[in-house]
Amino acid sequence: MESPFMKRRRLVAGLVVSMLVVGACSDGGAATSAPAVSAAPTTGGESAAPTEGGGEIGGSVSVIGTWGGAEQDAFLAMVAPFEAETGIKVEYTGTRDLNAVLTTGVASGILPDLAGLPGPGQMREFATRGALKPLDDVLDIEAYKSETSPGFVELGTVDGQVVGVFIKAAVKGLIWYNPNVYTGGVPTSWDDLWSKAGAAASGDTKPWCVGLESGAASGWPGTDWIEDLVIRQSGPDVYDAWVAGAQKWSSPEIKAAFEAFGEVVSQANTHGGPNYVLNTGFGSGANPMFADPPGCLFHHQASFITSFFQDEGGAAEGDYDFFPMPDINPSFTGAATGAGDLFGMFNDTPQARALMAYLVTADAQAIWVGIGGALSGNKNVTNYPDDVSARSAEILANATVFRFDGSDLMPEAMNAAFWSAMLEFTQDPSKLDAILANLDSVQASAYAQ
Amino acid sequence: MDERLLTAAIVIVGVPAALVGYVLLIETILRFVPGRVAPRLRPVLWLLPALTFLSVFLVYPTIDTVRRSLMDGFSENFVGLANYEYFFGSGETLGALANNVLWIVFLTGGAVGLGLLIAILVDRVRYEPWVKAVIFLPMAISFVAAGVIWRFMYDFRPESGTLNAIVGTFGVEPVGWLNTWPWNTLFLIFVGVWMQVGFAMVILSAGLKGISTELLEAARVDGANELQVFRGITFPLLLPTIAVISTTVIIIALKAFDIVYVMTNGNFGTEVLANRMYKELFNFSQFGRGSAVAVILFVAIVPVMLFNIKRFREQEAIR
Repeated sequence: MESPFMKRRRLVAGLVVSMLVVGACSDGGAATSAPAVSAAPTTGGESAAPTEGGGEIGGSVSVIGTWGGAEQDAFLAMVAPFEAETGIKVEYTGTRDLNAVLTTGVASGILPDLAGLPGPGQMREFATRGALKPLDDVLDIEAYKSETSPGFVELGTVDGQVVGVFIKAAVKGLIWYNPNVYTGGVPTSWDDLWSKAGAAASGDTKPWCVGLESGAASGWPGTDWIEDLVIRQSGPDVYDAWVAGAQKWSSPEIKAAFEAFGEVVSQANTHGGPNYVLNTGFGSGANPMFADPPGCLFHHQASFITSFFQDEGGAAEGDYDFFPMPDINPSFTGAATGAGDLFGMFNDTPQARALMAYLVTADAQAIWVGIGGALSGNKNVTNYPDDVSARSAEILANATVFRFDGSDLMPEAMNAAFWSAMLEFTQDPSKLDAILANLDSVQASAYAQ
Repeated sequence: MDERLLTAAIVIVGVPAALVGYVLLIETILRFVPGRVAPRLRPVLWLLPALTFLSVFLVYPTIDTVRRSLMDGFSENFVGLANYEYFFGSGETLGALANNVLWIVFLTGGAVGLGLLIAILVDRVRYEPWVKAVIFLPMAISFVAAGVIWRFMYDFRPESGTLNAIVGTFGVEPVGWLNTWPWNTLFLIFVGVWMQVGFAMVILSAGLKGISTELLEAARVDGANELQVFRGITFPLLLPTIAVISTTVIIIALKAFDIVYVMTNGNFGTEVLANRMYKELFNFSQFGRGSAVAVILFVAIVPVMLFNIKRFREQEAIR
């Protein structure tokens, strides 16, 4: 016989044991995960900054980025010669939630040696909080500045010091088409584009294909649209003020861009109507362009999309070509927007310094460019594998007015609200005024911090 | 790789060793303590590790969250109730709050109602174990996996979206299940119901088996029909069980995050509080606002927990 008292005592003992096990396991978990993200073992102490080609260093360097799949392979191919030469092992971890990893990392101090940065806005924040290390004595700064497009150098600079560099870049605002379907030639203006589209579209072949879905970041292809429209309709000054939070969303300039986008994603002008736009991934948005009969004529997307045309749309080289998005307001011509993958250093180790110095060189960036799907901010990289990427690199180099992706420059809360707004607006354009008013209120609080 | 194996070995050998070591240590110490004090000291020492873990992992974070909810984005300056003002003044957070109410009503109603219905319908049928096994199966999946699965079910393209393929066979145009407000929240809640109904069913079924057959027989002999038996005997006797399950599911509804995060990320008016908290904390670096949302969630859960504990005490008293 067992008394109730004994029963309870056994229960309490069991509870203690299970608590201990849980506690011990969480300890163990921390012990295993810590080496993956925290500082790599430093060998040889604080020696002089080794530069590229400095011979054997050994040890390892931890890197976190957003690249997975083919992009991850390309990055690993890019660092393979570095590993072979220096003996440093590059431990790369890909994550879909870079922002959360770095935000908590900066708060807790557990950070990778090197990491991709979500955007210039976040970079500035990490730099002013002292988490990002200045790179002025890490890179051969003179060579870096002379080789790299000034716009990119400037975007990576905070308080006069370089803290972020671009591993690769992309040109935004390209209008893609299938030369087997659309043969109307390059439009000279935005109105000309619409009239050419009207002439070529028929029945099920609509002027546009748009796909806005992208998991937790759904809506971002729409923000690219708005940015490209704003800079061409209202010019770089309005664009800069808007990005900096000084131009209201409800102002006529921004509203006009939304209205122009609304025309694109209307039932009449886009393949599948708003429901298709909202539920189709950005990578497969243009698939109908390569179908028979074709579902659309044009697709607006950055230069990186070509690999998606091939992988998702089943397009072969030659099935796609582009022209830059035409000018809208004749007083603001020659504008281009772009984006890139920023990279920064969180732990100052000899291995991290060596890798950072290596990544900005033309030799390193040429590897990814050669694989395809990437442009380089480094002017000495010229080995573009095909005509399409060579021409997009030319736009990057020759733009008279170049601006970085505006939503990436905005504070994260603003950026996220912008993404959601694109979905809401596509769903129901009649709500535009309410949507813009809400963005105004987010703007009022997001920039305050 | 070896590092992980080593850690695993340390955990497997080390944890029991530490446990046994701690017990032996206490007993050794207690041997030197006067005989009358030892029995009083022993439970305290036995509980000490658990209490330590509890305060480090639960009590301290709770207090710290309340503190942070009164401070600014980086927890540097005191801002009073500004974060709570933001919460009750922003359409997005209030919308999230409203959606959480929908989650509470429909997830709890759906899971418990359907669970009860199934438990009663399959009670005493030959294939009962099979039905229960199939319905219980989704419980074994994580919320994230369920979200991914149901994204495919609701997918817009009929080639991959099961539901749109079905409506397509009737000649209906594909439906944007996840972007059609306000139904989309209900479609998300249905995923939760799909997962939780097995849990409710199993426990209710067990409760059902615990009702003495003599009682039911007596009612039937007295001429009660099955509906009267259910209303007059089964349901009242099941009520404590239903209450316990309901409170558990209400807590799950308040904490709803994974399904929303995976399937819509709160877009199209499907935002919930936990997802809002995640965004404020990890995406917007607004620790103050995120903590305020956490505190509000916590406050909302407390009455449910108290009710649960009260119920539990009453049951213990009966026993």
